Amino acid sequence: MGVTNYNEKLDKKLSNIFAGGHSKYHEKLKEQKKLFVRDRLKLLFDEGEYTEDGRFANCEAEDLPADGVVTAMGKVNGQTVCVMANDSTVKAGSWGARTVEKIIRIQEIAEKQRVPMLYLVDSAGARITDQLDMFPNRRGAGRIFHNQVKLSGLIPQICLLFGPSAAGGAYIPAFCDIVIMVEGNASMYLGSPRMAEKVIGEKVTLEEMGGARMHCSVSGCGDVLAESEEQAIIEARRYLSYFPANYTEKPQITETLPAKAGRSLEAIIPENQNAPFDMYEAIDGLIDEGSFFEIKKLFASEVITGLARIEGQSVGIIANQPKVKGGVLFVDSADKMTKFINLCDAFSIPLLFLADVPGFMIGTKVERAGIIRHGAKLIMAMSSATVPKISVIVRKAYGAGLYAMAGPAFEPDVCIALPTAQIAVMGPEAAVNAVYSNKIEAIEDPKERIAFVQEKHREYKEEIDIYKLASELIIDEIVKPSDLRKVLADRIRLYSTKEVPLPPRKHPVYPV
Amino acid sequence: MAAVKSTMAGTVFTVNVAVGEEVSVGQVVLVLESMKMEIPIEADIAGKVSAINVQVGDFVNEEDTLLTIES
Repeated sequence: MGVTNYNEKLDKKLSNIFAGGHSKYHEKLKEQKKLFVRDRLKLLFDEGEYTEDGRFANCEAEDLPADGVVTAMGKVNGQTVCVMANDSTVKAGSWGARTVEKIIRIQEIAEKQRVPMLYLVDSAGARITDQLDMFPNRRGAGRIFHNQVKLSGLIPQICLLFGPSAAGGAYIPAFCDIVIMVEGNASMYLGSPRMAEKVIGEKVTLEEMGGARMHCSVSGCGDVLAESEEQAIIEARRYLSYFPANYTEKPQITETLPAKAGRSLEAIIPENQNAPFDMYEAIDGLIDEGSFFEIKKLFASEVITGLARIEGQSVGIIANQPKVKGGVLFVDSADKMTKFINLCDAFSIPLLFLADVPGFMIGTKVERAGIIRHGAKLIMAMSSATVPKISVIVRKAYGAGLYAMAGPAFEPDVCIALPTAQIAVMGPEAAVNAVYSNKIEAIEDPKERIAFVQEKHREYKEEIDIYKLASELIIDEIVKPSDLRKVLADRIRLYSTKEVPLPPRKHPVYPV
Repeated sequence: MAAVKSTMAGTVFTVNVAVGEEVSVGQVVLVLESMKMEIPIEADIAGKVSAINVQVGDFVNEEDTLLTIES
């Protein structure tokens, strides 16, 4: 055989590999408005260029190009990243022995290079026919998750979910920092609807049980709901721009953009302490225009979590949303905040708390759901975070709500109050009621009773007056709403050299 | 027909619509009071209010049906 023939053989092999699975599966992709795996990669990487490994995996078998997964390195926003991407035209993206080995190897490269790892998931799960070779052993599928745990907090891990992520495979998104799901196509479930019907007798659709919208709004397993694959890829690229390559580096500082023109904070915040307002409008006035990347927008929306930039500096914002459920904290809000705090703290992104919180929810329903342990989990995450923490009391912080929002006892680098702020164990009405309820009931004359209550309200408000708290050094600064953006930008710059040694212990016993 | 449900436990503070009234998406149909805060409840579909199940002062739990809208 001459050299030409050798090259021809190689070209033939390569063209088989690049073509992916059978044309009928490509047709199916088109019907589902899905892209072929190599087209996804072209959109993801700068200039569409990438370097691939394990390309010839299972090339002896005609119908298993690349063994159903592409593993590659390339650049996103100029930063090298590692990627594994399932090919659903090859046996529905299922995992054989070499598929698993390739995924493990690209994770190992990401670990050595200390660069972000992206998982582009579209897979039916294990190839049952190959189970002994891919499932139980030391470098079986379990190792993928073990590696993910090792990589967590070392490098950013991002999941883009384009199709199913079934059974054990559903743990890939679960161990990632963020999960971007494409509406209509992405799904996550341990047992398929067919299995649910057979095993437990439940009749349910895939969308109801494990669809993208459900996971992004009900279960909290999804973080960003994308309309299309193209949008999911744009969101992933945008997300990465807030992060350093690994935990030893700091996020890049970009150019300053002015805040969006709009109503001033003074105009947004209503005079009536109990009336709702829209915290998104307040956030818009503080951050560089167009820089908000919201995480879990549709889940537990009584609290807002998102990445943003203030004068070009990455910041993680945690803000109560008085417009939804009064901004009260629930079990799901605690989950949402905990994950977000851990994410920002791992990658040196300063935390900005915008507090307007009546406290944690009370009542039978939440007590039975374990709100105390969920609150403890949140407070532990916030308390252990060592990135710069800036606490701003926008309107009120009552009870343990003050603690959850990085109140003075939790070593925020600064606790700032707006002139409208109230900090107390509880609001005036509740407090006066709690202390004087017997006395109030004993007053027979209604006019006298009202006068008494009003007098006690006045006394209470004096007691918690924000200047009194500032005078006692409880809060560090009172800032006019119109100056807040500038103050925050300066403070974030000032704290950029913050370093806190970690305590000498293995790890705390995390409440969950 | 769509049930407008309580988003959290609390008492009914105001009922802003009457049976037979036309409502639009996002319109505040009822306000709850909970944790000393006013909690607006919005219609998620447009249509006619066909039933109101609660009165001012009633305690409602999360997920309780407050009123019904027929599209």
